[in-house]
Amino acid sequence: MLAEKHAERIEKIFAKYPDKRSGVMALLYLAQEEYGWLSEEVLREVAELCDIDPTQVRSIAGFYTMYSEKPKGKFWLQVCTDLPCALRGADEFFSGLCAYLGLGERGGTTEDGLFTVEPVMCLAACDKAPMLQCNFHYHENLDLEKVKMLVEQWRAEAGQGDGAVG
Amino acid sequence: MPGAWLLADAKDPHRNGVLKTMTHILLRNRDIADIWQFDTYVANGGYDALKRAVNDLSPDEVIQIVSAANLRGRGGAGFPTGRKWSFIPKDAPVKYVTVNADESEPGTFKDRELLEKNPHQVIEGALIAAYAIQATAVYIYCRGEFWDLALALEERIEEARQANLAGEDILGSGWSCPVYVHLGAGAYICGEESALLNSVQGVLGQPRVRPPFPAQVGGGLYYAPTVVNNVETLANAPWIILNGADAYKAIGTPESPGPKIFCMSGHVERPGNYELPLGITFRELIYDQAGGIPNGKKLKGILPSGASGPVLRATEEVLDAPLTYESVAALGSTLGSASFILMDEDTDMVWAAAKMTHFFRHESCGKCTPCREGTYWLDTIYERILRGEGTARDLELLEKVPQQIMGLVLCALGDFACNPVLSTVRQFRDEYEQYIGLAEPVAAEA
Ligand SMILES: Cc1cc2nc3c(=O)[nH]c(=O)nc-3n(C[C@H](O)[C@H](O)[C@H](O)COP(=O)(O)O)c2cc1C
Ligand code: SF4
Ligand code: FES
Repeated sequence: MLAEKHAERIEKIFAKYPDKRSGVMALLYLAQEEYGWLSEEVLREVAELCDIDPTQVRSIAGFYTMYSEKPKGKFWLQVCTDLPCALRGADEFFSGLCAYLGLGERGGTTEDGLFTVEPVMCLAACDKAPMLQCNFHYHENLDLEKVKMLVEQWRAEAGQGDGAVG
Repeated sequence: MPGAWLLADAKDPHRNGVLKTMTHILLRNRDIADIWQFDTYVANGGYDALKRAVNDLSPDEVIQIVSAANLRGRGGAGFPTGRKWSFIPKDAPVKYVTVNADESEPGTFKDRELLEKNPHQVIEGALIAAYAIQATAVYIYCRGEFWDLALALEERIEEARQANLAGEDILGSGWSCPVYVHLGAGAYICGEESALLNSVQGVLGQPRVRPPFPAQVGGGLYYAPTVVNNVETLANAPWIILNGADAYKAIGTPESPGPKIFCMSGHVERPGNYELPLGITFRELIYDQAGGIPNGKKLKGILPSGASGPVLRATEEVLDAPLTYESVAALGSTLGSASFILMDEDTDMVWAAAKMTHFFRHESCGKCTPCREGTYWLDTIYERILRGEGTARDLELLEKVPQQIMGLVLCALGDFACNPVLSTVRQFRDEYEQYIGLAEPVAAEA
């Protein structure tokens, strides 16, 4: 349970605001960090912590793109394909990455559950296109070769890269 | 390099001005290594302005100086900052400053550089605003993707607090004002100020019906009077307090004074941020500063304010126009947050409009039916046109659907969504006609 395991962090979150309700977004992040994704059960736990109705927590979780209500890959890759990046080749970059990971045109999650690839809107890094965020960290000035190397690095990190590439 | 400044002759800043190399006012990180560090910032005059304000000036005097400098909001609307601060009722027991660091407009990446590389200046600016309205707390609203940045920012705030520049009894003045960071979670609409306030409060991040406005009782954060300012706006405040309104007005033009960070993206030789005085021309910005268009191509379309303002055709008239709030409006677009997306002669303008329309459909918060349904229809029409299945009726609809949105919705996103559509249909109609087979087939008979 979050309340026991992260008591100190939760206290810090609530200390920022005049009411508990305002802690909901930070608690959703905390829950996602702890459980990987936001199941019904987790949403209810968050609702209880900040004293609001579970339906409201559900609508908040659904409103924002950074909360996932479904399991994602261990590496969640959000590739910007918005106009400024697309003018610098982001669409081709996105399809190239998907093809490399054996995913369809629209991205998705790899069968081994390691990678989720999604197109996203502008991430305020347009001067460093093509770019992506991996689990909310920026990787900029990429091209297909560079991202393939990153993918292999992440694969290795996950302990599944051994022998996979020559 | 982009440290070059045109020092203004106020009457004709971009022509008679003497081109001088001057240090940056906002992106001081370009001149001073490691200015993100507290000690380095302080060693270079950091927090002197806050000390000056708190020790030597009354809150009203601070507002007067910022008003006299005619600093205008850098978040998009260009609203006079001093006036905004003056709206806050003095007798309210609780008041807030919220810093808008949602930065989600396609083509905008200036606040991120400021917050990452020169964070103390933003914190100091926010505290000056807070002192001016005697705020009881500051909330910095960072878009969720600024995750790493927000964690670092909290450390910078803690440094300021330990130096008694934030938090309890600031500089022994008896005025207390903690500074907090709130992380969004991926929603463009939360950059709209009333949606931002809702998001902090833990309710759905959708805009509010106004009035009451944020500055009024009932309209702000936790319904207390609140100033919402953009990151870049506030980063101007320390310099203004230290150097005075006249020095500030000597940069730029009388109506649009000061330095501005221009974000250059798309088809441009040297993408990035450029801090320059307002009043330089499009040509100076695009060609002299940012290196022009790659591969010797011609420039076709300019989006001066990201996806949300109308596109301009890159005519000679446009290229020679000064970059001020007034003159860009007179050209039929907006300066907005000065996020320049450039498109060369080979750019498919229908495709570009479709991209922007898709963005607004995705980001419409769904509260107003005309915006929710309208952006859905526009997006669907574009998909059809791009598939080669568009008809003359679709082209008509692209002009009609916006009439059902504009002015009929709760926030400016509705209008934003119509801008790329209408401005491209009107100025690049031939490209639409090619798609729907209305144009003479090129060279088919020849
Ligand atoms: C849909 C929408 C998105 C906006 N996004 C931002 C944003 O990301 N950052 C910002 O500073 N202002 C944004 N604004 C403008 C804010 O509502 C507000 O005017 C601004 O933060 C005021 O600060 P300023 O006076 O310092 O410019 C947005 C407005 C709308 C309608
Ligand atoms: S205009 Fe669109 S984005 Fe703005 S409140 Fe209405 S539905 Fe939401
Ligand atoms: S368009 Fe990709 S980061 Fe802005």
